[in-house]
Amino acid sequence: MQKNKMYDKEKVLAGLTIFVIIVTFPFWYNMGKAAPAPEIKLSDKAKAAKVCVAPKSFMTAEHMQILDVWRESVVRNKKRLYSSLDGKNYNMSLSTGEDSCIGCHVSKADFCDRCHTYASVRPYCWDCHIEPKENK
Amino acid sequence: MKNSRRSFLKISGLSALSLSSLSIGNVLASSAGVTNTSPIGDASVKPEALQAKKWAMVVDVKKLAENKRYEACIEICHKIHNVPNMPNKRHEVKWIWEDEFKHVFPGQEHEHIPDEFKEIPFLVLCNHCENPSCVQACPTKATFKRDDGIVLMDFHRCIGCRFCMAACPYGSRSFNFFDPRPFIEEVNPEFPTRMKGVVEKCNFCAERLAKGQQPACVEVSEGALIFGDLGDHESEVSQILKKRFAIRRKPNLGSGPQIYYLV
Amino acid sequence: MLERALSGGKRYWQFVTILMSIIGVGVICYLFQLYYGLGITGMSRDVSWGFYIAQFTFLVGVAASAVMLVLPYYLHHYKVFGRITVLGEFVAIAAVSMCILFIAVDLGQPQRILNVLLHPTPNSMLFWDMIVLNGYLFINLIVGWNALSSESKGVPPPTWVKPFIYLSIPWAVSIHTVTAFLYCGLPGRGFWLTAILAPRFLASAFAAGPSLLIIICMILRKVTKFDAGQEAIQMLSKIVTYAIIINVFFFLCEVFVAFYSQIPEHMDHIKYLFVGLHGHGVLVPWMWTSMILMLSAIVLLIIPATRTNERTLIIACVAVFVGTWIDKGLGMISGGFVPNPLHHVHEYVPSLPEIMITLGIYATGILILTILYKIAISIKEEVE
Repeated sequence: MQKNKMYDKEKVLAGLTIFVIIVTFPFWYNMGKAAPAPEIKLSDKAKAAKVCVAPKSFMTAEHMQILDVWRESVVRNKKRLYSSLDGKNYNMSLSTGEDSCIGCHVSKADFCDRCHTYASVRPYCWDCHIEPKENK
Repeated sequence: MKNSRRSFLKISGLSALSLSSLSIGNVLASSAGVTNTSPIGDASVKPEALQAKKWAMVVDVKKLAENKRYEACIEICHKIHNVPNMPNKRHEVKWIWEDEFKHVFPGQEHEHIPDEFKEIPFLVLCNHCENPSCVQACPTKATFKRDDGIVLMDFHRCIGCRFCMAACPYGSRSFNFFDPRPFIEEVNPEFPTRMKGVVEKCNFCAERLAKGQQPACVEVSEGALIFGDLGDHESEVSQILKKRFAIRRKPNLGSGPQIYYLV
Repeated sequence: MLERALSGGKRYWQFVTILMSIIGVGVICYLFQLYYGLGITGMSRDVSWGFYIAQFTFLVGVAASAVMLVLPYYLHHYKVFGRITVLGEFVAIAAVSMCILFIAVDLGQPQRILNVLLHPTPNSMLFWDMIVLNGYLFINLIVGWNALSSESKGVPPPTWVKPFIYLSIPWAVSIHTVTAFLYCGLPGRGFWLTAILAPRFLASAFAAGPSLLIIICMILRKVTKFDAGQEAIQMLSKIVTYAIIINVFFFLCEVFVAFYSQIPEHMDHIKYLFVGLHGHGVLVPWMWTSMILMLSAIVLLIIPATRTNERTLIIACVAVFVGTWIDKGLGMISGGFVPNPLHHVHEYVPSLPEIMITLGIYATGILILTILYKIAISIKEEVE
């Protein structure tokens, strides 16, 4: 029984070490360099409105969810009028009109990009939807 | 230890199974939870939206040719929908355009057609078929038929396979061979542009109907285009088609085109 | 098993290097296409499918033709094919891999490809094509791999593989049938709107695939110690003979229906391909070349003396392969799009990057085939 023998021990161990180093590279390379989490800057209009289409905690964490639900609803089911749980009505649109998302959160740079850049996510919304004028 | 590998596989298999059932359980629990505690409100159709059982369009060909009214129709459509003006004709994007009788109704031309019809421009656009072959062909339901008869595109979902373009017997669909943005002279912020790699076509102005407005081409046509509900016998389009003879493009294919041409 | 692909002579590695560099060029061109869009190809609003989809169509046929070895060997116990059946299955694996790649590079939004699974749509033929192609790939991987590994161990293949072998027979027919259904169910395209399209595809497949196998067997005999055997090659050549005759016969049936009925939508595409339409006819010389190649191959294959003579046989096989490739990989797809539904004539010519991407995918397929064959031939040499 040779069950305890390891073939090519040196090569295997060297390979494993290199593998572990490469895999963990981003962690030790960026150690201690973590940028502080960004603060969202609300527009005056958004501050004045006080409430969004859903509670703030939900919107912070799950806004992509609601955008997905909305796009199905608008594009496929003709339903474009949203009534929030506190009884307010909104136009279900990301980028068109005063009562759309961007109609209230008027600055893409302050509202969207801050977190997205930090989290290194690149949603393709603005490949098609027209971003507000302030960015131009 | 002879069986150690086998027992390891067994254990790992079992744990994978229990893990996956756990996650399924989670999904079920959360989806059940949504109905009770979701902070998302309700969506509904706007009260001002125009609704119909079956939208259709009647084209008064002669009236449309007067004073080149069709030009305004094409221009307004392409302008408000951010349709790009591609420099290379191969990559052309168009929702509505004009062509001659023999091209719009191939196989129906003959040499004794009155001159006025030979030369007159016919407007062509998506036929919003009753039985659309593009919808049948689409592998992702990115193009679909709404309950009011409008055949629409979901640009978010389109994978750009172009099966719908091969399926459409009317050549109504265009593909974005490049990013269209640089080729739009003046962007209309009220309507999204498209991205490269998706198919697009006329949407019967679904975004305007939702606001209670008629399609843009109809609005500028000075009565040469009539838009309405064929499911309603009292509607203007139903009444016109009862009185005047209209032809449709390639009716023999069974696709049921909903654009009617008065001749 | 796989380790056998890592030990080879100088020529083997040279060949692999050449393939890898062609793949490299193809990948660069594809990245270019991914960044700029499909506008860098020759495709247009009117000819919205081009070289990629045409190669896909042709290669589905090559993949399906493995059944011409599997069926006689496993159903009729035709032992002569025993030595080369796995070669056919490996051709199928390489060809299906290329098919999947061709579909992928043809997409405008390839990163959304999983939408096909996320929103399954059984009324779309593309949905079924995805199922049959992936299924066929896995069946052949299972069957080919097991047959080979049991051969290397000198034991009969495990019994559980049997159902997969039998399944692979109707499945091979299904991949090319579904591929034909992509086209022949479309109402406005007169060239494809024919019930004989699937049978025609199968006939040209069963001509192109086995003739490719004959060519491969002769190359293998030159560069390795593996000999498929005179009898196997002769039987393959008979299959090619029947299939290419049926293919040309089917085509003539199409021509008869179109031109005797005089229906313009059906005639115009054939006119465009063979005599040109409204002064356009880039494909005319190609189509006639294809016809001449196929017809002269039939002559060479029918006459027993030229069929049994390996020199003339290989000429016939090359003629069949090139002839069917032009027919399907060049004429079949763009021919269906010209003239367009409004009877305008806009022609299609593939662009250089498009051809480079195509070559890259072919090199990938040949690389897969080379590696699989390296393993198979090494095992066969060891066993002998």
